[in-house]
Amino acid sequence: MSVNYLDVGLKEQEYLAIMDILGREPNMQELRILGVMWSEHCSYKSTRPLLSMFPNSGGAVVQGPGENAGIVDIGGGWGAAFKVESHNHPSAVSPYQGAATGVGGIIRDILAMGARPVASLDGLCLGDESLQQSRSLADGIVKGIAGYGNAVGVPTVGGKTLYDGCYNGNPLVNAMCLGVVRLDSIVSSKTARPGHLAILVGSRTGRDGIAGAAFASSGLADDTRASRPQVQIGDPFVEKLLIECCLEIHSKGLMVAMQDMGAAGITSSSSEIAAKSGTGIVINSELVPLRENDMEPWEIALSESQERMLLVAEQENLPEISKIAAKWELECAAIGKVTDDGQFVISDKGKIVVSLPAGMVGGSCPVISWTSREPSGRKATSQKGTTFSLSPHMIEKHLVTLLSNPSLSDKSGIFHQYDYMVQTGTVVPPGSAASIIRVRENGKLLGLAMEVDPWKCEIDPFTGSAEVFLKALRSLWVAGAEHLGMTNCLNFPSPEDPGNFWVISRCVEGLAAVARDLVCPVVSGNVSLYNESGDAKILPSPLVGVTGTFRDIAKPLSESFSCENETVFLAGFSKGTLNGSHFARAMAVEQNHREFPYLPEKEKIFMHSAIETVRKGLATSGRTVAGGGLLVSLAKMCVTSGIGISIDEELPLDDLAVFLFGETGPRAIYTVTENLEKDFASIWSGIPLIKLGQTGGKTFTIKGLLEIPVNEIARAWRR
Amino acid sequence: MKTAVIVFPGSNCDNDVVHAVSMVFGPVVSKVWHEDESLPEGTGLVVLPGGFSYGDYLRCGAMAAKSPIIAAVKEHARKGLPILGICNGFQVLTETGLLTGALLANRSLSFICDFCHIRVERNDTPFTSRYATGQVLRIPIAHYEGLFYLPQTELEALESEGRVVFRYCSPEGDTDERFSPNGSLNNIAGVINTEGNVLGMMPHPERASEDLLGSTDGADLFRSVSDWLEGGIQA
Amino acid sequence: MKFLAKILVYPKEGVLDTQGKAVARSLKRIGFESLKDARIGKFIQVWIDTENSGEALSVAEAMCSELLVNDLIEDRAIEIEECEQ
Repeated sequence: MSVNYLDVGLKEQEYLAIMDILGREPNMQELRILGVMWSEHCSYKSTRPLLSMFPNSGGAVVQGPGENAGIVDIGGGWGAAFKVESHNHPSAVSPYQGAATGVGGIIRDILAMGARPVASLDGLCLGDESLQQSRSLADGIVKGIAGYGNAVGVPTVGGKTLYDGCYNGNPLVNAMCLGVVRLDSIVSSKTARPGHLAILVGSRTGRDGIAGAAFASSGLADDTRASRPQVQIGDPFVEKLLIECCLEIHSKGLMVAMQDMGAAGITSSSSEIAAKSGTGIVINSELVPLRENDMEPWEIALSESQERMLLVAEQENLPEISKIAAKWELECAAIGKVTDDGQFVISDKGKIVVSLPAGMVGGSCPVISWTSREPSGRKATSQKGTTFSLSPHMIEKHLVTLLSNPSLSDKSGIFHQYDYMVQTGTVVPPGSAASIIRVRENGKLLGLAMEVDPWKCEIDPFTGSAEVFLKALRSLWVAGAEHLGMTNCLNFPSPEDPGNFWVISRCVEGLAAVARDLVCPVVSGNVSLYNESGDAKILPSPLVGVTGTFRDIAKPLSESFSCENETVFLAGFSKGTLNGSHFARAMAVEQNHREFPYLPEKEKIFMHSAIETVRKGLATSGRTVAGGGLLVSLAKMCVTSGIGISIDEELPLDDLAVFLFGETGPRAIYTVTENLEKDFASIWSGIPLIKLGQTGGKTFTIKGLLEIPVNEIARAWRR
Repeated sequence: MKTAVIVFPGSNCDNDVVHAVSMVFGPVVSKVWHEDESLPEGTGLVVLPGGFSYGDYLRCGAMAAKSPIIAAVKEHARKGLPILGICNGFQVLTETGLLTGALLANRSLSFICDFCHIRVERNDTPFTSRYATGQVLRIPIAHYEGLFYLPQTELEALESEGRVVFRYCSPEGDTDERFSPNGSLNNIAGVINTEGNVLGMMPHPERASEDLLGSTDGADLFRSVSDWLEGGIQA
Repeated sequence: MKFLAKILVYPKEGVLDTQGKAVARSLKRIGFESLKDARIGKFIQVWIDTENSGEALSVAEAMCSELLVNDLIEDRAIEIEECEQ
């Protein structure tokens, strides 16, 4: 049976490049391997130049992009390894297993750095929940995350869930994981040397997900059932054993390098180690423990059977490694050797089946320069989308509409299915904008936040993406944390359309601008393109995950009102805008492609005041003004505390809709006890500060405009 | 109080128990691998922690109950020394026969992770002496199979023997069935054996032993056992 | 000789079978009005090497008592089949 380059997903120019590098035609097995390794999912060929725009070093960065995960210094000699990865296409086809293996895969990336995984977060962009198909996908995805995460013993401490019709049939599942590692014992993939053994630890290899990476790089076929054999099946129990086994092997100093077997399994892990270490590697396919008979060498090489790690170790350590693997009841086999000839070789019972330069397989494949062209008609020529004539007596109805919108409503039905407490480190559980964990190893607190906002990115990709990143950072700052680094998942449709590629480029530029201006390096990330099926494509959905530490702060600021009779302040620069807001969408306000304000200097000032507020203990609660705008943010503070608020400040009636429902920009709500008002105000001097009113009672009241019992807000929000 | 925490393949909460007990008593906790055949010398309290031993395959706790270490655990129980099974550990104890009953799937057929309230039904056990009878504790649960079941006659016997130690309740202590998060019969959250030294409970006291994490109501359970051990073994 | 023990394990009569009830509700909801009840169990296959089928049955019974069945809440049905060697 003959296979040509088109069959394996390669383009003509790529095939020509292959022949150029090899000086010959690749054989069938080599072609299949290159088809997978040069797919978008594995090679990032469409976006590598864009990604190089990200600042990725300096500050607390210990390890930038280029390894399995990025690492930032969190103090006390410890580092946090973190990364987010997508598993979108598999989740569309088989939601439970797609989501489950997404969680499993990212955990292994963290483990590959020698870190113990201690927290997971999940970003879910789901379809219109009035559709049966969307509900079914959403349900399967949540159960998959819970089923895997709970059993593997890593707490799911937060995430972000939103809904839009553009995700019908194309859900996004972005799984983030953070782990903790001693700075002096980080595992690299660059330290393999000729003579070292390549050892496979974990599950037996079967036919799961063969060519899954290529599957992730193409749009979904109309009949997703046809895609089923390519979805991998996960076993969280084995993964738990794998985590303990690998950490034990590492703690005894028995390994030289480690790599997760993710997309393209043995091939990607072994060729990457060789390429990064500047060596070659030979894999003996007949030595791989198999689950199925008669697997061909290329199938063994590309299998995506889950829960397997590749370890590189000195020959003399194999017996002890085997003993530890046996204790944990895992397969362990020396499947190859590191060589000095720079070649990636697969040998089947002594016969060489594949021989390619390691750099060609594991390193860079030629970049594709897609055309970028700004779609026509995007200039903001009108005032559309920036004003709304709000009838005061409708305010309550609008508030209820927004609170019951699935993207804004209570997510506890989801996160109570996740064990968010295992490892007894969760200080602020899911439900707040920033999740906070206590790292047992150094006693320190870490804040984690995740954001995505396709609607703002659709309006203006540069400033919209900047706003997504800033929203996540503001959540950290208001809690009292200083940011350390960022990870991101770039979820987009096909890059082959020039308009799409322009959007992708502008989004990356926006994220890069914030990373540079606010000094938050990008330490890791993932790209997922071709999120579309038939005529439907997703809105641009870059997703951001950030982490930060609390310096000299023992108690992060709560998001929920703590007491009655405290003063409520609105602090920050920004009136907000209706463009790109939940309100505008709910009211079907026509919007334009006007840029959002991007004011990095003002963000820095806001950041300093927010963190100082917590450091000096000047507020009793604080929450950023985010989705839904001021009114929704205040309402959430009432519902989660059970305490009402009365606003007696004169509100700007001429632009009331913008004031109450506008989004974007650095703003936060604070509650302050009377005796600390002066000190609080001085921390915020030079920054617009409005005293809104008082907490207390059982209703949310705005003099003359709104009076709604907290119970009713709760009813709407909890649906 | 020397504590041994048994670790099965798939146990997740062993380190959490070690942390909670060490915080109260210092470094007197050791982890014991399921394939060992004996417990460390001088072990006082044995804890079977939460998690997903053997992936919860076949039945929760079924395969862990056949581990080599179980013989030593049973011997420890026979000597009248305290054994605490938390969540999956409770499931393992029922499978070994050290406790009666079975844990079935939650009524909602959903995994539930949340703080809940349990009422202390008796404070004359080695595990509850620092609590008052009727005291309400705020302790988290995290499980899919937490519905305690016994056939009617055996359930009545369990109750009449006073072997229910904790019941799910409202924050005020009302044990009406609507306050059970998982549909457990008679709101049973924890039971003790006839001899009074083996306790199984679905809630996680090790998750309620630190202010930072939201509740310290669980810490007194470990202190109670320590008090009891210091007072010597009851005949 | 090689035998295959086919073991059906299912919830005892009278034990809460929440899963069975949920499945029954779903079946009814999608239109199977003739449905009266449903019970969910598991099917276990064990291949054993014994002298004869009687011995195979004893071994299967013992496996059930020791591990495969929790007889507080489950019942079983065992069928023994001869296999190709």
